[in-house]
Amino acid sequence: MSTIRVLVGTRKGAFILTADGKRRDWSVAGPHFAGWEIYHLKGSPAYPDRIYASQSTSWFGQVIQRSDDGGLTWEQPGSDPSRQGASPGDEAGPPMPQGESNKFAYDTSEETGRPLTTHQWYDGTQHPWEFTRVWHLEPSLTDPDVAYAGVEDAGLFRTTDGGRSWGELAGLRSHATGEGWMPGAGGMCLHTILLDPKDPDRIFVAISAAGSFRTEDGGKTWKPINRGLRSEFMPDPTAEIGHCVHRLAMHPSNPDTLFMQKHWDVMRTDDAGDNWREVSDNLPSDFGFPIEVHAHEPETIYVVPIKSDSEHYPPEGKLRVYRSRTGGNEWQALTEGLPQKDCYVNVLRDAMAADSLDPCGIYFGTTGGQVYVSPDGGDHWSMIVRDLPSVLSVEVQTLP
Amino acid sequence: MIRVELPYHLRTLAGADAEVTLTVDGVVTLGGVLDALEARYPMLRGTLRDHDTGRRRPLVRFFACREDVTHDPPDTPLPEAIASGAEPFLIVGAIAGG
Repeated sequence: MSTIRVLVGTRKGAFILTADGKRRDWSVAGPHFAGWEIYHLKGSPAYPDRIYASQSTSWFGQVIQRSDDGGLTWEQPGSDPSRQGASPGDEAGPPMPQGESNKFAYDTSEETGRPLTTHQWYDGTQHPWEFTRVWHLEPSLTDPDVAYAGVEDAGLFRTTDGGRSWGELAGLRSHATGEGWMPGAGGMCLHTILLDPKDPDRIFVAISAAGSFRTEDGGKTWKPINRGLRSEFMPDPTAEIGHCVHRLAMHPSNPDTLFMQKHWDVMRTDDAGDNWREVSDNLPSDFGFPIEVHAHEPETIYVVPIKSDSEHYPPEGKLRVYRSRTGGNEWQALTEGLPQKDCYVNVLRDAMAADSLDPCGIYFGTTGGQVYVSPDGGDHWSMIVRDLPSVLSVEVQTLP
Repeated sequence: MIRVELPYHLRTLAGADAEVTLTVDGVVTLGGVLDALEARYPMLRGTLRDHDTGRRRPLVRFFACREDVTHDPPDTPLPEAIASGAEPFLIVGAIAGG
C-alpha cells in the first residue's frame, strides 16, 4: 500500500506527518529545526527521499537544509566540517563550496548578471533589492540535484549541485518593469514556481506584488503575464505589473491552463497566461491565499475563501474549502469535518496540497496550527494534528 | 584557546555545545574569532555576517568581558582574558521579540 508523507513548515519548526494510503491513522514527527521559521519544504519528484527545506530567522538569516532519507536526518549541503581543506584529488571527491548553501547573492557579474537596481517601496520611493529569505523551493521534475528557490526581495535562484550553491537567474529581477514592483504585506516575495512538465524551458513564477511572469528560455528572459487582471488598489487597475498575485496552480496534463488566487479574484487562463478571466462567481469572498488542482481531474480546483485583506479569517467564522468541478465558477462549499463556528484562522498561500492517490487527498494547514486532510477529494475532512505552531506551508508526497 | 558561547539557534545548527573552543593565531581580534568560528563550523557562515561584505547581521551582538563590542571594527584586539580563555566571548541574539 502507498505511503503518504506530508511536509509541514511552521513558524517554529518543521513536522512530517505520515500515514498509509487509507490516510486515517497518522504519525507526527518533529519539530525539526525547532525554533526556526520553516517557510517551505518540498521533495524531489525524481528522488522523493531527497527533501529541500528553507529555514530562517530574523536573527541569523537563511539556511538551506537537505535530507536524503525522507526527513529522518538533515544536513546543510556542503557544510561538513570533516571536508574542510579537501582537495580535488581527494578520494571523497572535490571540495564543495563550504558553508555557501545559504548564500543567495544577487548576480551582478558582467558575464551572467545584471546591475542591482531598485524597486518601489511601500511609500512609493525606490528601494534597493535586499535578500531576506527563501519563500519557496521547487525541485526539478527530473534531476534531484536541481532545484529553484523563490526569494524575497523577488528573485529566482537555481542550484545544480543539490543545494550546495545557488545562482540567480538575473533576467527576472532585472526585468524592465522591476522598478515598479512593490512589496505586499508579507514582503516582496517570489512565492510560486511552476515548472512545465512538457517544456523544461518554460517556467511560471508569481511575485507579490508584481504579478505573474513566464520564461520560455529557461529563465534568461521573462514576460509579464497579467492581462485580464484588475486590481483596484492600483492607480491603473489593469496595469502590466503591480498585481498582488497570491498563488498559481497548474495540472501537469495541461500546462497552458493556470489557476490564480489573486489578492481579490480567482482567475484562470487557457493560453499560458496571455489572457486571464475571472472565475470567482458564487464564492462568499474571492479573497484568499492558496489554490490547488485535483490530481486526476484537471478542471477540479480548490480555494479557501477569506473574508478580506483586513480580516484574515473565514467569512462568518466558518472554515470552508470551496471546490469547483468546472475549472472555476460553480463553487461548492465543503464543510463536513471542518469547524463551522467561531473559527478565525487563515490558510496561507503555500499551505494546501493534493496527493496523487485515487481518490485524491487534499490537505491544508492553518495559522492556528491545525492540519486537515480529506481522503476523498474534499467531501469529508478530518484533523491530522492540532496545536502545531502557525502553519506556513504544506506539501504532500505519495510514495509507493 | 578561545572560548565562544553560541546562542541556542546556532548551537543546534552547528551541532555544538553552548560553548565551543577555537584556536586563533596571533593577535586575537573580533574578526579573527569570527573567522575561526566559521572555519570550524562552516554551517555558521552567513548567519552572523554577510558572506561577501562581512557586515554583521542587524540582530546579532557580541560581548567580551561584559563589554559590548558589537560595533567595534573587526580588527579590534579583544581583551587578554578572552585571548587566554579566562573569559568566554559571547555571541548573542538581540532581544527582539518572537
